[in-house]
Amino acid sequence: MMAAFHAGLRGGAVPPGLMARHEDELGRRFAIYRNNVAVSLGEALATRFPVIRRLVGEAFFAALARVYAEAEPPCSPVLAEWGEGFAGFLAGFPPVAELPYLPDVARIEYARGQAFHAADAAPVDPRALAAADPARVRLRLHPSLRMLRLAHPAVSIWARNQPDGADGPLATGPEVALILRDAGYDVPVWSLGAGDAALIEAMLTGAPLAEAAAMAATAEIGHAPTPLLSRLMQSGAVTGAEA
Amino acid sequence: MPPAPGAKCEGKGARPFGFDREIEMSAMTSRLVFGASLACALGAMAVTPVMAQDMEKCFGVSLAGKNDCAAGPGTTCAGTSTVDYQGNAWALVPAGTCVTMELPAAADGMARAGSLQALERDLPNA
Repeated sequence: MMAAFHAGLRGGAVPPGLMARHEDELGRRFAIYRNNVAVSLGEALATRFPVIRRLVGEAFFAALARVYAEAEPPCSPVLAEWGEGFAGFLAGFPPVAELPYLPDVARIEYARGQAFHAADAAPVDPRALAAADPARVRLRLHPSLRMLRLAHPAVSIWARNQPDGADGPLATGPEVALILRDAGYDVPVWSLGAGDAALIEAMLTGAPLAEAAAMAATAEIGHAPTPLLSRLMQSGAVTGAEA
Repeated sequence: MPPAPGAKCEGKGARPFGFDREIEMSAMTSRLVFGASLACALGAMAVTPVMAQDMEKCFGVSLAGKNDCAAGPGTTCAGTSTVDYQGNAWALVPAGTCVTMELPAAADGMARAGSLQALERDLPNA
């Protein structure tokens, strides 16, 4: 019965077991319900992926959302979790094949939603840092923190399409996005250089700070870890220091 | 060991792999230079304050389309206010500044102030 209902929502026959005052109203009434589901899913997708909508336009996005909702309907009642496969869907969707950066922008937007809803964690006690030995200390990072290696300059594209985004020459080539929920409940997107990216990656795998910094210096000669570490600290993203 | 108070931290990053020399630094030297620089990094982190967390919801102060939303970015009602200083739209502001921040007077000359509760003024036409 559920299967028939789902099929009906996707444009199939009116599912059995429905009732209306007049039998011949059934199809029309179910169509209203079906349309409401499609429209509200489209709105949910648009609020999760505002930059994608801006890039392809409202009308195209509405049509795109319908196709996506049919291909990958939400499997959890928590709509905030829906859209994980949207980037992959865009990558295989022929009508947007000439916008190859769209999937990367979608990855950023989905990660921002996940970061916003991630668990809380209190910032580390600064005294624990002052006393720490760099060779041994492992810095724990906030659960909201996510790093994405992107093949396209999607961080720049995302930033430029924000309400206060500045125009300017657009970056070219791959970018690395760092996304986190900061202490002010904002979810910024930072673009990381090769050294910073290697530093974060190593710290996320639990490497001691000195080892992580060595990886960063290998990825980028002369890399200085202090600016990124201070920025993480300021954002409340360093949540532990274990010897 | 952390650097002593007042110890000089180099502004540039450690260069442990003989970047500017033909002969590589000995492993020992590189570890020392590297360790000192990282101790400085930890010292810098220890004195970096975490940005203010104390924010409060302030009604009637945000410009049209700039209001915040309880459900956060990319989710629901953020940026949906349609008039400047809309009384029932709020923005997060540093705690303690909401009711004292200066706002331009309304068109009819009535003074405006922010409020911790929703206001009846500057509502969009229904």
